[in-house]
Amino acid sequence: MFAYIVRRLFAAIVMLLVVILVTFGIFFAIPKFTGTDPALMYVGKQADPEAIEGIRQKLGLGKPILGQFWDFVSGLFAGRDYSGGGTSAHCPAPCFGYSFKHDLPIWPELKDKLPVTLTLAGGACVLWVIGGVLTGVVSALKRGTLWDRTAMTVALAGVSLPIYFTALLSLAVFKYQLGWAESAGTAFGDDPVGWFRGMILPWVTLAFLYAAMYARLTRATMLEVLGEDYIRTARAKGLREPVVIGKHAMRSTMTPILTILGMDLGALVGGAILTETAFSIKGLGAAAVTAINERDLPMILGVTLITASAVVFANVVVDLLYAVIDPRVRLS
Amino acid sequence: MTDLHKTGAVGEPVRPDTAPPTAYLDVRDLRIHFPTDDGLVKSVDGLSFRLERGKTLGIVGESGSGKSVTSLGIMGLHTVGQYGRGKARISGEIWLNGKELMTADPDEVRRLRGREMAMIFQDPLSAMHPYFTVGHQIVEAYRVHNDVDKKTGRKRAVELLDRVGIPQPDRRVDDYPHQFSGGMRQRAMIAMALVNNPDLLIADEPTTALDVTVQAQILDLIRDLQKEFGSAVIVITHDLGVVAELADDILVMYGGRCVERGPAEQVFHTPQHPYTWGLLGSMPRIDREQTERLIPVKGSPPSLINVPSGCAFNPRCPYADVPADGITRTERPELRPVAGAEGGRHHSACHMSQEERTRIWTEEIAPKL
Repeated sequence: MFAYIVRRLFAAIVMLLVVILVTFGIFFAIPKFTGTDPALMYVGKQADPEAIEGIRQKLGLGKPILGQFWDFVSGLFAGRDYSGGGTSAHCPAPCFGYSFKHDLPIWPELKDKLPVTLTLAGGACVLWVIGGVLTGVVSALKRGTLWDRTAMTVALAGVSLPIYFTALLSLAVFKYQLGWAESAGTAFGDDPVGWFRGMILPWVTLAFLYAAMYARLTRATMLEVLGEDYIRTARAKGLREPVVIGKHAMRSTMTPILTILGMDLGALVGGAILTETAFSIKGLGAAAVTAINERDLPMILGVTLITASAVVFANVVVDLLYAVIDPRVRLS
Repeated sequence: MTDLHKTGAVGEPVRPDTAPPTAYLDVRDLRIHFPTDDGLVKSVDGLSFRLERGKTLGIVGESGSGKSVTSLGIMGLHTVGQYGRGKARISGEIWLNGKELMTADPDEVRRLRGREMAMIFQDPLSAMHPYFTVGHQIVEAYRVHNDVDKKTGRKRAVELLDRVGIPQPDRRVDDYPHQFSGGMRQRAMIAMALVNNPDLLIADEPTTALDVTVQAQILDLIRDLQKEFGSAVIVITHDLGVVAELADDILVMYGGRCVERGPAEQVFHTPQHPYTWGLLGSMPRIDREQTERLIPVKGSPPSLINVPSGCAFNPRCPYADVPADGITRTERPELRPVAGAEGGRHHSACHMSQEERTRIWTEEIAPKL
């Protein structure tokens, strides 16, 4: 078990390094080859050559790519000083880089946005897991009935409807018509009820999309598990049907659900771009959109790294949970 | 309904439904049909038999003859968990210890499952939950019927594992099924079935998934345990060797119906049905010349959707052209007692006259076996 954990963690770290290398390469090496100077993006179009040279020194853009990569990685762990052209700035660890546009280290910016996105993803996740799995189980147990057909039709709609449609629809109905919801943005500390009324629509809208996928997956998996021999054995023992379903069948059904839950959650931490945009939530997704519009390369790099780390981390957690659920993983 | 009762309690007078049977297990005219998109699958179509405590009945037949469906039917497992599917249509009577199970309350039948009647399945690897320890699964079977704490349950599980011959049971009880070998798993499965001292034990192909060397051990174990617990045992198999090892009585199934049944000795020594001959002919024997070939039963099992109107075995029967005795070929042959059989329990369902069959068996079949 211990060896298993160490192996997974080691693999995760290697994976992260590869991700950093590739992302870094894309964002910093390619402008070099295409002839666009990142320093130009920093200083703007009407800059004198001296200022450009200063920036180049400050950001270390003159160094070979591997040198820059080393600066970046060591900055992540030890912090980094930028100096050159008469100015200097300190970027404390973890230093994700220095924003072109705002002349600020990126990490504090990311740190501000992360909780917002986590709240959105976390709340939606609770809703969609409960809603999706319950719907899927009931549909499987009532296969072919009106309930099953209705639920699966709604789920199909949920999978196919884009979030900018459902988001605007829910806003139109629940905020502007009925007035039950508010705009997002109220801090929890200031007004918990207002915060909740602001978040409820984003949660439900985002959860609807995922719940639909989870309902379909749960239903299919549950039907497969119900055909297993060990379910028949459980019944032959005289167990009550709720125990057969709730304990024996659910235990196996949860395995694939856990897998995609890990990946979905990880990806969502990088920002639910559409949801955040539709509801004007200032999370990582919105920050990513802004950064892309402003061609703020270090910021894009920062968001990408956060997302990638979240996905890798979530997968490690899923792997460990696997070991808890499935003894065949743990003991082999 | 007249059709249902025509074949009644096969070969024996149809008793009024009010009279509770005297046998421990009395199955009467059991029919289990499954509606499918292609039509009604008549997996079991009018099966009757009896079994006493301490006796073993071997149900023999090839794949798709309805053996396993019968066993699950007795356990009442066709009526639970059939979520939204085309439900099995079941009719007939199953009397267990003076209680009729088909009309009983489902929860009452559930409480009999695992306590009064228990089952051993074919493939112990897939029949045990991979995520729970062997001990947990045995304790669960015990605690659902006995109001005891986990510690007592565990003690019982260790005791049972020890009884079925698992070394170091107090340690192995915490192992998972995948940590057991195939034979060990089947032993654990047997321990799980026996944990509540059931009076009826159904073993559905208990040795099919096991190595040959392990098969004999498992059969020995089942026989020993039966002696010890005095249960009634039904062994379901396609392997006549298993039946020869264990059974007091044999019931040969073909196409969802019984074609021959009787005391094991009589069925083995004076088999009356061409299908039984075929099964005996396709069984390898160590004392036979190497050069002789096995005699397979030609053709494949009948579709259970469109069962031939006459004898279901007719299309594969090598003696289909022998004149029928008293009835037409399109009429279904009923089980008739074999004249002169000791005890009068040997029955078979064949168109041919008994004289003809006796002649064919003694002159054509027996010398080749």
